[in-house]
Amino acid sequence: MKRTMVFLFAALFLVATLTSACTSAPKEAEPIKIGIFEPLTGANAAGGQMELEGIKVAHSLKGEVLGRKIVLVEMDNKSDDVEAVTAAERLVNEEKVAVVVGSWGSSVCIAAGPTFEAAKIPAIGTSCTNPLVTLDNDYYFRVCYLDDFQGTLLANFAKQNGYMKAGVIVDVSDTYAIGLRNFFVEAYGKDNIVAEAKFNKGDQDFTAQITTVMAAKPDVIFAPSGYTEAGLMMSQARQMGYNDVLFLGGDTWETEAMIEVGGAATEACRFTTFFDADAEPTAESKQFLEAYDKMFGGKPKGAVTALGYDAYMAAVAAIEKAGSTDGVALQKALTELDIVGVTGRCTFDENGDAIKNQAIIKTVEGGAFKYVTTVVVD
Amino acid sequence: MALFWQNIANGLTIGSLYALVAIGYTMVYGILRLINFAHGDIFMMAMYFSFFAITVFYIPWYIAILLVLVATVLLGVLIEKAAYAPIRSAPRISLLISSIGVSYLLENLATVVFTGVPRQFPKIGTLQDNIVIGGINIQQLSFVTPVLMLLLVLALMVLVDKTKAGMAMRAVSKDFETAKLMGVNINRTIATTFAVGSLLAAVGAIMWGQKYPQIQPYVGVMPGLKCFIAAVIGGIGNIRGAVVGGLVLGMMEIMIVYIVPTLSGYKDAFAFIALILILLFLPTGLFGEKITDKV
Amino acid sequence: MEKRQIKGFVANLNPKKRRNLLLSSISITALLLFLYFSNEGILMGSYGVRVLNLCAVYAVLTLSMNLINGFTGQFSLGTAGFMAVGAYTTALLILPVEIKEKIFYLEPMVPWLKDVHWAGNLGFLGALLTAGVLTAFIAFLIGFPVLRLKGDYLAIATLGFSEIIRVIFTNMQNLTNGSTGIKSIPPIANMWWTFGVMAFFTIFMVRLMKTSYGRAFKSIRDDEVAAESMGISLFRHKMLSFVLSGFIAGVGGGLMASVVGAITPIFFRFILTYDILLIVVLGGMGSITGSIVGAFLITIAKEWLRWLDGGFSLGFVRIPAIAGMRMVVFSVLLMLVILFYRRGLFGGREFSFDWLINSLSALPKRVFSLFKKGGAAK
Repeated sequence: MKRTMVFLFAALFLVATLTSACTSAPKEAEPIKIGIFEPLTGANAAGGQMELEGIKVAHSLKGEVLGRKIVLVEMDNKSDDVEAVTAAERLVNEEKVAVVVGSWGSSVCIAAGPTFEAAKIPAIGTSCTNPLVTLDNDYYFRVCYLDDFQGTLLANFAKQNGYMKAGVIVDVSDTYAIGLRNFFVEAYGKDNIVAEAKFNKGDQDFTAQITTVMAAKPDVIFAPSGYTEAGLMMSQARQMGYNDVLFLGGDTWETEAMIEVGGAATEACRFTTFFDADAEPTAESKQFLEAYDKMFGGKPKGAVTALGYDAYMAAVAAIEKAGSTDGVALQKALTELDIVGVTGRCTFDENGDAIKNQAIIKTVEGGAFKYVTTVVVD
Repeated sequence: MALFWQNIANGLTIGSLYALVAIGYTMVYGILRLINFAHGDIFMMAMYFSFFAITVFYIPWYIAILLVLVATVLLGVLIEKAAYAPIRSAPRISLLISSIGVSYLLENLATVVFTGVPRQFPKIGTLQDNIVIGGINIQQLSFVTPVLMLLLVLALMVLVDKTKAGMAMRAVSKDFETAKLMGVNINRTIATTFAVGSLLAAVGAIMWGQKYPQIQPYVGVMPGLKCFIAAVIGGIGNIRGAVVGGLVLGMMEIMIVYIVPTLSGYKDAFAFIALILILLFLPTGLFGEKITDKV
Repeated sequence: MEKRQIKGFVANLNPKKRRNLLLSSISITALLLFLYFSNEGILMGSYGVRVLNLCAVYAVLTLSMNLINGFTGQFSLGTAGFMAVGAYTTALLILPVEIKEKIFYLEPMVPWLKDVHWAGNLGFLGALLTAGVLTAFIAFLIGFPVLRLKGDYLAIATLGFSEIIRVIFTNMQNLTNGSTGIKSIPPIANMWWTFGVMAFFTIFMVRLMKTSYGRAFKSIRDDEVAAESMGISLFRHKMLSFVLSGFIAGVGGGLMASVVGAITPIFFRFILTYDILLIVVLGGMGSITGSIVGAFLITIAKEWLRWLDGGFSLGFVRIPAIAGMRMVVFSVLLMLVILFYRRGLFGGREFSFDWLINSLSALPKRVFSLFKKGGAAK
């Protein structure tokens, strides 16, 4: 019994390996490989898979550059720092990709960064907002916002609209949230923060934090967090009868799942974002939404899908501009790149961070995201 | 003062949710002396079953719940037959490792089958709606959960103490070999235990989903761990203990944030510190019986 | 020893021992050559080197866990926490001062560690030793209360401590940089380091198991009551094993920090302990050989199985690309081992040349009998 089973498995593997080797495509004009470095499994699989959708949509629209086909090489980093580095090594040294797109979550990018830099293969981050990602790394770029930009912007928005006292509820295990909180507090003024409470990623109950913060009677609660935590937090605040307080947050909130989780309670939120599917459809965003609907049906489940799309498009634009797939040339092309993506115009500063001068403030109304205003920062 | 009572209400709600899941842990441990690390993942699967039944196939919730319960029970019994029964005579640590393996497998399987994109847990009736009493907002859920939990505990006590199957369970938990010699059908008794344990996980998952309506493949990990802690605090293997343990843990977590907000980042650490303190000073928990080592 | 004496020593050995000595020297030379050529990048690319480095680090961690779990029979699940202590200690000691200034941007680092930088190989050695000693000390503190517990209670308590360590590290912003983590850890740990440390601990374990301590550990595992009645101090031996295991895990964590180059608290979740536990189980509880072979086998298999994620065909059905397939197959294989090869690959046995030659010479016979009896040989 034991032995038969082992034989069976061995045979299955053998057959699978052989046939997979046989069915690999015949070589024509050497295709260009773009590596996808995303957490497709593990704790951050949701984010990774949403971004992958965006990348696939972009690929379906622009599958060729310099007269060569583009092949996507999906490499799962398993939301794990160790796997991230081997996945990166595999992308640059085994698969020999020209450029890498990804990832959701910063820690895997921080771990894999030196590998890309050593191999001189540029990587375009999607939603990795931690400053350490691009710090001292000439080959890491990213299309997302940074914490300081968003934190400051949100503080200004709150003050300009007459919300003078803020409570803070922050996810201490999430560096994105910690970053936002610090820049928010700096811009808002420490004395105007009336109460602060903390939680850890994966927490599902925020009733104690909300009760504590609400006891200090703030006008607004600044709650940088993931979208599920935000949804749960707002619905719990509503359940406890705090109907008037406003919740402020960052771009992670723009995910359908937040409305699903939080329900009507999320109408109390305002958040910054870079992409608005409804308000002013640019040519680029219209194209993106149509292609998405064709491929996956419906609307993107999160704003990060648009970031995946933009990161891929930036990669292709860089290849086009450089006219080659050489890593050094691509790096140079990226530093000079100026494209209009779904999430707005995008250039990179000397760190490799996206320079964005405007942000959109949105809220939720009738179970859908709604445009509030556009804030421009100089 | 309203603030205080609001916190008490919050603590009771989360506490009774912990208790509901903790009973399942305690059942399995009481009979098999096995910490079923896969319990949290059975809980996760039950949430997915509910999602598919109600949201995808539009089955009315009162029928869907029955289907979910049946499916989860089948899953639990299947896991027992596939992963625990073959190594029942092995050292207990092997069983523990096997349960870690099952948990690993279920999480990976869920990622592939259901993808990692989070889903929303469907609403059931008006459980999520609010009631205001003296300035305190309480969800209907907060009343239903403790009542449901107490009913289940009563039913379990009747099952364990009064029925023949319960007698077999107690016999198996006291002495495996002797029970076998006395003609107790071990396989059936253990399968029943798992069925009951999984049923409780499913009920817990449905109520949990009303409070925290979000499903992803790792959703069972934290509740699994916390409810296990609750079971240990109460004295693992003891049903009443699990109830008290769950309430104590829920209340403690809420009160720490309420009384010392600056320590709220350490909330999870407190749960584990409580666990270790209990293990050291009351190794069998608040209600557990003294266990003597057999030589 | 003089030359003639050595000659005499070799000549006096019986032929079997002489053969084994010869085989050992040949394999050690081959291994050294292999390490040299791999490390110089002649034999394989940096991807291969990376995977082998990880194999060696996992082997060290597996040895640590096997010492307490497999040899002493105390089911401890605290490895991830111990690794965290070792990894952070090493990282903070070998991190250059200017990088510390850069990455601690949210809150400045504590003054007593800010200007510490132990450079070079010697500094790394010092850091690893400090990491080991510090982790051993923490194991000692934890061991006092915890080692009174047995079986699954011990497992849960150690798991609890491991999580407490992680939560504390998440919250100590000015010491560990909190959830932002640490990056740019100098990659000093090349193959000489990883394999050197692995070899050191392997020899240490082999020696240890031959001393009275080693025998006492095994007797505690096999029967605590009998061991105690033979006059073995249970607590002292358990504590010794626990502290040594902590030391090894601390050094392993330090190596891991340097190999990966970046660490965050979230990396040291209890899931990491499970990963190492599964290697211990696969290799065989209580087998040093099993730990080494298991670590290499699992780490390489995880990488090799990546083709599963890309979709494959079984000859007649085509399985589409689903991320995570690899982990499912991997966990199924693990379950099969747990259920049908409970003792693991080596199950308490150790490698020796006698064993290898015997089983190799018996192989043709076995294969022959397999076919003769139609696979049902026993």
